[in-house]
Amino acid sequence: MAQYSQTHFDASFGALSDATRRGVLEQLGRADASITALAERFHMTLTGMKKHVGVLEQAGLVSTEKVGRVRTCKLGLRGLEEEAAWIERYRQLWAARFDELDIVVEELKRKEKANGRK
Amino acid sequence: MDVSRESEATPTKNRTGVERKSERELVVTRTVNAPARLVFEAWTKAELFRRWWVPKSYGLTLLSCEMDVRVGGQYRLVFRHEDSTMEFFGTYLEVTPHSRLVWTNEEGDNGKTVTTVTFDENAGKTLLVVHDRYPSKEALDSGSTGAMPEALDQLDELLASLGSSTETK
Repeated sequence: MAQYSQTHFDASFGALSDATRRGVLEQLGRADASITALAERFHMTLTGMKKHVGVLEQAGLVSTEKVGRVRTCKLGLRGLEEEAAWIERYRQLWAARFDELDIVVEELKRKEKANGRK
Repeated sequence: MDVSRESEATPTKNRTGVERKSERELVVTRTVNAPARLVFEAWTKAELFRRWWVPKSYGLTLLSCEMDVRVGGQYRLVFRHEDSTMEFFGTYLEVTPHSRLVWTNEEGDNGKTVTTVTFDENAGKTLLVVHDRYPSKEALDSGSTGAMPEALDQLDELLASLGSSTETK
């Protein structure tokens, strides 16, 4: 199982290991775009951009749809949801921590008051 | 990716905000209803720190917590989770009473994460800003430093579901 996960780990990080692909995700975060537009934006050949988009698509980070002669790319739901979920888990950890910190600090306040300090 | 979000806690509770500033940085904010002096104390005295750093709901037992809070001093926290133990340790780089703490997290395999905490007092309340700078994007994503086992378990699930779409070809 650990091995299994490691493979997936590598696959998804592989997709994100390239600066252009990260740039493409960022770009698609702002608006959907055609492969042609992305190729122009990143100063690449159409073939080169198709390869990058293919890698992102395989990792579930981007989805594409062909309408007529234009292939439009958008962020895969998976990528966005999981990033958001990750951040939310992190936030929950800190919120829980801070709730307990509040309790400790309230106690310090009470002690200080009892000791006559303002 | 420009995915950052602020918390939407209930208005009665203090709000915890998290923002991913860059691919290597996470920033957490929270206002505590007490002067910085007391909040700082809760961050720098081991017997206080150990009471809040590990939320009770996380099923972790803090076996030991040693903190030598001065520049160059070390800290070490040992946890038990089910059958395994984990250690988190590092060095304090800056200790400015009531306003700023900087430490490293050195337990990760791929470099040090640097945590900077600032305590900003205003009208009897303290704004806490916790800034984590990870050695790499991968370190941040994998939560290799400072993460709780739950986060790692969920990461496994995440990766399994990511992989399942590429596996079926």
